[in-house]
Amino acid sequence: MFTWANFFSQVFNGLALGALLALISSGLTIIYGTLGVLNLAHGAMFMMGGYAGYVVYDATGSFTLAVAGGALFMLVVGVVMERLIIRHFYHRPHEDQLLVTFGISIVMVEVVRLIFTSLSKTVPPPPLLAGITSLGVTFYPTYRIAVVGIVAVALLVLYFILYRTKLGMIVRAGIEDSEMVDSLGIDVYRVFMIVFGIGAMAAGFSGIVNAPVVSLTPDVGEAILVQTFVVVVIGGVGSFPGAVLGGLIAGEIISITSMINPAYAYIMLFAAMTLVLVLRPYGLLGVRGRE
Amino acid sequence: MTANRHSRRDFLRQAVATGAGVGALSTGLTPFMAMPVWAKDEPPIGTWPAGSQGGSVFIGISVPRTGTYAVQGEDELKGYQLAIEHINSGHELIKKISPKTTKGVLGKELKFGVADSAAKPNDAVQAQQRFITENKAVMITGGTSSAVAVALNKLAQREKILFVCGISGSNDTTGKDCVRYGFRQNFFGQTAAAAIAPVLVKQFGKNKKVAYMTPDYTYGHTVTKAVQDATKGDGWTTVTNQVSPLGAPDFSSYLLNIANSGAEILINVNWGHDAVLSIQQAKQFGVLDKMKLVVPYQVPFLARETGGLMQGVYAATDYWWTIEDKYPLAKMFNAEFEKKYNYKPEWGAENAYISFAHWAHMVEEAGTFYPPTVIKTYEKGETIPSLVGDVHYRPEDHQCIRPVIIVKGKMQKDMKGKEDYYDIVEIVPGAGLMQKPDAFGCKLGDYT
Repeated sequence: MFTWANFFSQVFNGLALGALLALISSGLTIIYGTLGVLNLAHGAMFMMGGYAGYVVYDATGSFTLAVAGGALFMLVVGVVMERLIIRHFYHRPHEDQLLVTFGISIVMVEVVRLIFTSLSKTVPPPPLLAGITSLGVTFYPTYRIAVVGIVAVALLVLYFILYRTKLGMIVRAGIEDSEMVDSLGIDVYRVFMIVFGIGAMAAGFSGIVNAPVVSLTPDVGEAILVQTFVVVVIGGVGSFPGAVLGGLIAGEIISITSMINPAYAYIMLFAAMTLVLVLRPYGLLGVRGRE
Repeated sequence: MTANRHSRRDFLRQAVATGAGVGALSTGLTPFMAMPVWAKDEPPIGTWPAGSQGGSVFIGISVPRTGTYAVQGEDELKGYQLAIEHINSGHELIKKISPKTTKGVLGKELKFGVADSAAKPNDAVQAQQRFITENKAVMITGGTSSAVAVALNKLAQREKILFVCGISGSNDTTGKDCVRYGFRQNFFGQTAAAAIAPVLVKQFGKNKKVAYMTPDYTYGHTVTKAVQDATKGDGWTTVTNQVSPLGAPDFSSYLLNIANSGAEILINVNWGHDAVLSIQQAKQFGVLDKMKLVVPYQVPFLARETGGLMQGVYAATDYWWTIEDKYPLAKMFNAEFEKKYNYKPEWGAENAYISFAHWAHMVEEAGTFYPPTVIKTYEKGETIPSLVGDVHYRPEDHQCIRPVIIVKGKMQKDMKGKEDYYDIVEIVPGAGLMQKPDAFGCKLGDYT
């Protein structure tokens, strides 16, 4: 039965859900948008960041340290991964990139399963953000409201680094013509390594920020990976603002559809993606040629 | 050596069959009624006789080791492994369930292969097809998803290999999708609903508004409908039914619908990690403060994983370890399981162990691995021991008639140990819970 209270609740929920999806998708789009690598290990990196944060939380009891720990751990993992494996695939076909990152994701998931088993782990939100807040029309988990703010700040920082710093400029130039950048005396591969590390860090950060919303299991990244791909396709592959727009659209589609018929919530998400692919293959905010 | 043993057994079997036939004819009874029938001719069928000609036989096991049901799949696998170990060593517990067991089944060692089904029918069918083709499996088993169970039912019937079903809660498994070659030990939607409904009405009263959370496949739909039907007579009405895909990463939008529905009771049919996550998020959204939670098909490990959220919650289950006070075999099983795996067994392990032990019992009674004969032995409906007292398999749909255990989550202060999560509210005998054999449209199909 339709009620305005439920409608406004779902619209707000779509915003919060969309913010989370935008954050999770940002790492994927950073790596693809700058390095051209479609990273199928993104879901596994998201999961691993959550587990790294869980370990820190378990040891210290501090959520802030857990967030820092999860993000930094994945920064290191990302850098090592780029140096040892990804670097050798920049000039290989996309199929090879997909296969190698898919393989890495399997290894990551099974290593985590080996250590932590499949039993879910819980990271509670910080005490200040625990509980429920009244929004007038509905009650909503305080942490989820806070996540909207956390996501906004995180996305702004990422945007600033990639689009308003010298590093970002070099990266974008390197993508267009890496030989030219190299001839200017800039070690372009070192920059690529940093970018991959930042993408991995974004995945890890979103993994631990998302941990109080969903309990952690080794498979948590698998389901979210599919959604992040949908978000990135809708918003535009490689487009940072596109990930934000795509996330918000996806969140609203899931929420509003579930109000009308919950069984169709995820179907509608894929229907929307199909529509975008047909009408605008490079996504709503994507750059033509990157589809 | 093995071939000689087999020939000797064939000879004895034919001699017994001939004697039984002559004796039965002289008393006016049909041979079938007089004694176990040993067919004079057991033509090749499925992996018979190739699969059982050596010194060992092979069992194909498929359980989810990844995905939403991974935790339950691992528990189930441990039950299988313990049963195989006990059968191969002729353990005392197995002998109490299958008295003719010495070591192995009909003297043959059990070997097995394990595949990850990920709770996906395609994965399970492909893996089991490999076990049948490459390893000549004489029996396939596994479950933890009714979608998988239904698919394996069909594979078993097509390939003429026995399928001893693992966890499967859908009415369809021994209902409209039943097969001659499939058998199920555990409780299911209909029996869960019939057992828990009177307890719920007694506890919460009549004329309640109910919200359901339903996973979108055969298990979810049949369990939800069974509970709706069982409570309809007492005026319980459905105000919303939130159907979600298996493995949904977030339940927030569903929970908002429930929070705004005016429901007084939330019946959560989700299973595996979906149940864990949806209950945790229901708490985050304040839903559990507004309405009472009920889990009609309890999830193994749910109490451990939800961190206290099952306290005071009613649930129906196949097994809870504290019934050992009433059932000696349960006590033996718990002790053996805990000794090997360092935790109390949950019902995935129990179902795996006992359904396997029942299969061993039936093969030993049949005296052959020849599938039609083993099936007919099940279909005699003989009363046999289990971990929850005496049970039998119904010949019309191959469903085990067994009790359903109603539990209620214990409050923290009442727990006597770290795994003392539930009180046993009631152990409801199975016979009165079952639908009529033809109610769900079961047509078993052919033996050959």
